[in-house]
Amino acid sequence: MNPMKENSGLKKKKEKSGKAAKDMWILRLYVAGQTPKAITAFTNLKKICEEQLEGKYTIEVIDLLQNPHLANEYQIVALPTLIRKLPVPVRKIIGDLSNTERVLMGLDLLASI
Amino acid sequence: MKESEKKLTNNKLIKAPTGILGFDEITDGGLPAGRPTLVCGGAGCGKTLFGMEFLVRGATQFNEPGVFMSFEETNDELIKNVSSLGFDLEDLVKNKKMVLEHVHIERSEIEETGEYDLEGLFIRLGYAIDSIGAKRVVLDTIESLFAGLPNQLILRAELRRLFRWLKEKGVTAIITGERGDETLTRQGLEEYVSDCVIMLDHRVTEQNSTRRLRVVKYRGSIHGTNEYPFLINEDGFSILPVTSLGLKHTVSNERISSGIPALDKMLEGKGYYRGSTVLISGTAGIGKTSTAAHFAEAACKRGERVLYFCFEESPAQLIRNMLSIGIDLAPWVQSGLLQFQATGPTFYGLEMHLAVTHKAVNDFKPKVVILDPINTFIVGDKEIEVKTMLMRIVDFLKMNQITALITSLTTHGSPLEHTNASLSSLIDTWLMLRDIELNGERNRGMYILKSRGMANSNQIREFVLTNHGVELREVYVGASGVLTGSARIAQEALENAEVLTRKQDIEQKKREIERKRKALEAQIISLYANFDSEEAEAMKMIQTEQDTIKRLELDKVEMAESRKAKIENKQTNNKRNYKKTIL
Repeated sequence: MNPMKENSGLKKKKEKSGKAAKDMWILRLYVAGQTPKAITAFTNLKKICEEQLEGKYTIEVIDLLQNPHLANEYQIVALPTLIRKLPVPVRKIIGDLSNTERVLMGLDLLASI
Repeated sequence: MKESEKKLTNNKLIKAPTGILGFDEITDGGLPAGRPTLVCGGAGCGKTLFGMEFLVRGATQFNEPGVFMSFEETNDELIKNVSSLGFDLEDLVKNKKMVLEHVHIERSEIEETGEYDLEGLFIRLGYAIDSIGAKRVVLDTIESLFAGLPNQLILRAELRRLFRWLKEKGVTAIITGERGDETLTRQGLEEYVSDCVIMLDHRVTEQNSTRRLRVVKYRGSIHGTNEYPFLINEDGFSILPVTSLGLKHTVSNERISSGIPALDKMLEGKGYYRGSTVLISGTAGIGKTSTAAHFAEAACKRGERVLYFCFEESPAQLIRNMLSIGIDLAPWVQSGLLQFQATGPTFYGLEMHLAVTHKAVNDFKPKVVILDPINTFIVGDKEIEVKTMLMRIVDFLKMNQITALITSLTTHGSPLEHTNASLSSLIDTWLMLRDIELNGERNRGMYILKSRGMANSNQIREFVLTNHGVELREVYVGASGVLTGSARIAQEALENAEVLTRKQDIEQKKREIERKRKALEAQIISLYANFDSEEAEAMKMIQTEQDTIKRLELDKVEMAESRKAKIENKQTNNKRNYKKTIL
């Protein structure tokens, strides 16, 4: 529960934003309230990011219950959905991100490992 | 699953009128309000349009805003596509009467990484509904999700939840689904949406395509169960609920002229009943169209509107041809009383014809409709379908108190009383035109095969096309059969001669009697004369006798006076003597 509480709403959580912008990974996690799935997804995402992208990522958590109009932008249907806004191309990953391998694949991080 | 949702209330199901022409009639009021309805069918059968019209009519006619959630077409595409039906979606969106929501899922862009749900869809839909207070929702076609999302288990569970959620929201929803091989929809959506299922169909038979609609199921409501043809034209959907209406039409006692005085005479001298169905059947070139044209002209003269469907001739050709028998239809066309609808029978499918007829009649509102001829519909082995179609047309026309005149071509060799479409039972008045071949001539004969509700003539009349229209003549039935044409004329001459001789006979008899009477009268006069002379003679004799008696008595008195005798005494003595002689 803890991490979600910190990041509920349209609050940006930036980690080490001092790096150059072109290397920055901008990730957006769409959730609908603090459901177990949402919390799992956030925890998983955080973990993966810490491992793979330490210091060069931001995570935006968007709660659609509070901002339903934001769902259109990235054609959100399934929740939770993770959007990789940067680097382009935009990638879309759905589910609670428990399958780390697939998440890495979706984020195009698998090859770099 | 659905049992829990089933609300068995005693209250009648509330319905949301669709505003779609004809649909509310077959469903007794529209779609179930506050419940989802499944509209399924193959590609290009009009699912999207059905949903769209439901929303547009809801927004414009029933003040129920709606959300159109499209999984296939983008908003721009939608707006363009339905503008051809006269729907201005942009305007509706601007006035917050409608929300267009395009949901797009690209499988290649999506990586599945564990548990998820479709709450995003719910939120989007919910947000769209709440933003305009929508009462109606269309999801078109939600099955696209199956292509975009790999996990079917989740999807199915979520769809079930979605439909329940829609019900809880109280919106009237249409969910469209592509038709499957064995199921109504490819993904078996009917399993989730079980309140009302409507099937649209687009079939091609004999190169003619026809759209049909059927209410497969409708919980808690009566509905027509047939397949109803429908068309999509510039006014949107139009469904024909004709067959559900049954034989409930009102009847009229009014009689209208057939346009041929002699034919009217055969029909009790009054003509057809208004609102009845008249069939004219006969072989080729017998004058069916001419009879129909007479009727059309008569109706126009009465100031009634006539809708003439010609399936074989073009209106111009028909007008020209009718002019040759002295019927001028052109002025009526110009004055707007007569309208021709000329379409080749193979131009559309049967149902389309029906629909077009329906629409034309509704638009023009005629008193008389002529279908000339109906045979052309029968291409291939579609007799039953043709009959159903004609039944629907007849039914529809009767409901509207429109007098219908149908012509039907009888092919040579087939029984005359048999119309190709076995129409007999539908027909109120059936005129039969047949050719009579005799003495190297082919002449036309007409008789009334049946005419419901009137004492019609049972006579065969000779049917003659003259330059001033159709004429019916008496025919002669002799030992050799019916006499027509020159045989009839010969017979007429013969009869005329006979009549003349008879007349002469009578004259002669009359003269003879007159002569006899005169002779008799002369005789009587001479007898009277004889009698008079005899009488005079007799009178003279009587007079003489009486004179004699008088003189004798006078003489006696004179004698007695001279003798001075007592006449009385003498008289008594005489009596005594007389008595003695007797004793």
